Amino acid sequence: MTTASRIKSRFSTPDRLLGILLVLPSILAIAVFVYGFIGWSLRVSMSAWTGLIADYTFVGLDQYIRLLGDRRFAIDVRNTAIFTVLFIAVSLAIGLVLAVLLDQRIRGENLFRSIFLFPMAVSFIVTGVVWRWLMNSASGSRISGLNLLFQDLGLDFLINRWHLTDPPWGIAFVVIPAVWQMSGFTMALYLGGLRSIPEDLREAARVDGATEGQIYRHIILPLLTPVTLSAVIVLGHISLKIFDLIVAISQNNIALDVPGVYMWRTTFDGLNYGQGAAIGMFMLVTVAILIIPYMIYSMRTESDL
Amino acid sequence: MNRAATNPLRRTLIYVVLIALALFFLMPVYVLLITGLKSFAEVDLQRMWDLPQSIRFENFRAAYEALAPHLGNSLRVVIPSSIISSLVGSINGYVFSKWKFRGSDLIFTLILFGMFIPYQSILIPLVQFMEVLGLRGSLNGLILVHVIYGIPITTLIFRNYYAGVPTEVLEAGRIDGAGLIGLYRYILFPLSLPGFVVVLIWQFTQAYNDFLFAVVLTSNTNWPVTVALNNMAGSQIIQWNVQMAGALVAALPTLVIYILLGKYFLRGLMAGALKG
Repeated sequence: MTTASRIKSRFSTPDRLLGILLVLPSILAIAVFVYGFIGWSLRVSMSAWTGLIADYTFVGLDQYIRLLGDRRFAIDVRNTAIFTVLFIAVSLAIGLVLAVLLDQRIRGENLFRSIFLFPMAVSFIVTGVVWRWLMNSASGSRISGLNLLFQDLGLDFLINRWHLTDPPWGIAFVVIPAVWQMSGFTMALYLGGLRSIPEDLREAARVDGATEGQIYRHIILPLLTPVTLSAVIVLGHISLKIFDLIVAISQNNIALDVPGVYMWRTTFDGLNYGQGAAIGMFMLVTVAILIIPYMIYSMRTESDL
Repeated sequence: MNRAATNPLRRTLIYVVLIALALFFLMPVYVLLITGLKSFAEVDLQRMWDLPQSIRFENFRAAYEALAPHLGNSLRVVIPSSIISSLVGSINGYVFSKWKFRGSDLIFTLILFGMFIPYQSILIPLVQFMEVLGLRGSLNGLILVHVIYGIPITTLIFRNYYAGVPTEVLEAGRIDGAGLIGLYRYILFPLSLPGFVVVLIWQFTQAYNDFLFAVVLTSNTNWPVTVALNNMAGSQIIQWNVQMAGALVAALPTLVIYILLGKYFLRGLMAGALKG
């Protein structure tokens, strides 16, 4: 986007005001519903509110300190860390592989791309429901789900308990449906990135005697770094907030708990509003740490344009 | 043409890997479909992967009966909210891309941040606010929520879209005497159709697939389909086959849109990641 896209002719003052007036409702809405509410949540997080009647007695950082010692919250933080790292790593890897493969001028590229992307159109609830049945851990005569498939295909060594009910690694298995849902997105990003690399660059390298592998390692992958960065930011903030998928796949199993779910349960089931707000603030801070540097960087690079 | 990639062994390997991965992606759909199409008698967890012996629709019928009212609720929320949302985004995108005012870049960035926040961090005030307005538990409240929290992404998509419209087109209109409204009405709006399609599809999908706002802001008389499906899945009485059929029924609207208009869906998806 360039500054040249702005209308340069003399603005009439009524028009200028009208422009501001047109976006004012949105600005006000965001000011209230995002920033105002964040501030209010902060206030609730520093209150003693537990129960149906709002109680704003100021307790400072009490709720936060209590969270530090809360066993369930500790599980949440650990799960989020494991999930985020695995989810980002595997999504990037699969997305990159898919993109590189699709970039090879194959037949049926559009079909393949549609297949890899369609999971993004469905809800995490749908994904969770289906994959819960696929990752069924029953064995012996009651074997079903993917285990059954592995057995039918003679791949018995792949049969496992999927560990969805076991801490601490149960959450790692939830990465599978999450990756199924989201690696199409990474693929699309990388494909766009690959397509924007001029063919002459690759030709020149080939003329110089580089193998395809070398071209990828030394030329293409480094050029894809901005794409990887974008992907990490988007995937990261999704995984830090993960909620629907966990609800659908865990059905209240604490081993798979994450802050998003804990907040919901403790606030609306437990009526522990103060604690819920504190968890919400925690989630906000973790997302902000990821997003704000990226947005500042984007804003700066955009303003040179 | 990439000379190295015409090596036949390489090509075969590429196709093999792609097909294997495609099977991984399609495998859940396969299970959903065949489970839905089996008769009640055939439905057996231990024969999950077998093709149906005869095509029946009883599972789909049972799932549809359970979910139909909730599908209606979802559509009742999603259609108005995506339409309103796209109109708001269009106006905002217009002003932010063509009528810069002092501080507009900063304000735009602050708006954009709203796209990333975890909604758990505003959930409690939101619920209180909705209660004060008497909108908690109503579908209209949910519409309002989706419109408001959709402002950042719809504004972003339209701003980027309008940034691609050459200024000469608008300058010509200015010379003819058109003002801010006129330029939008006579020049930009007619050009906006692809932008609207992208935003409508994106907002439709987001709002339809939403669970957090739905589960907190509706009551058990008007759950959207995501909440209903989750309840089905957690219930002890509903059989797994009906749950699977239910998952497919619930996924159908967005899947159909994706199949028919996938190109536009993809554009919306990319807009969120690449800020212009």
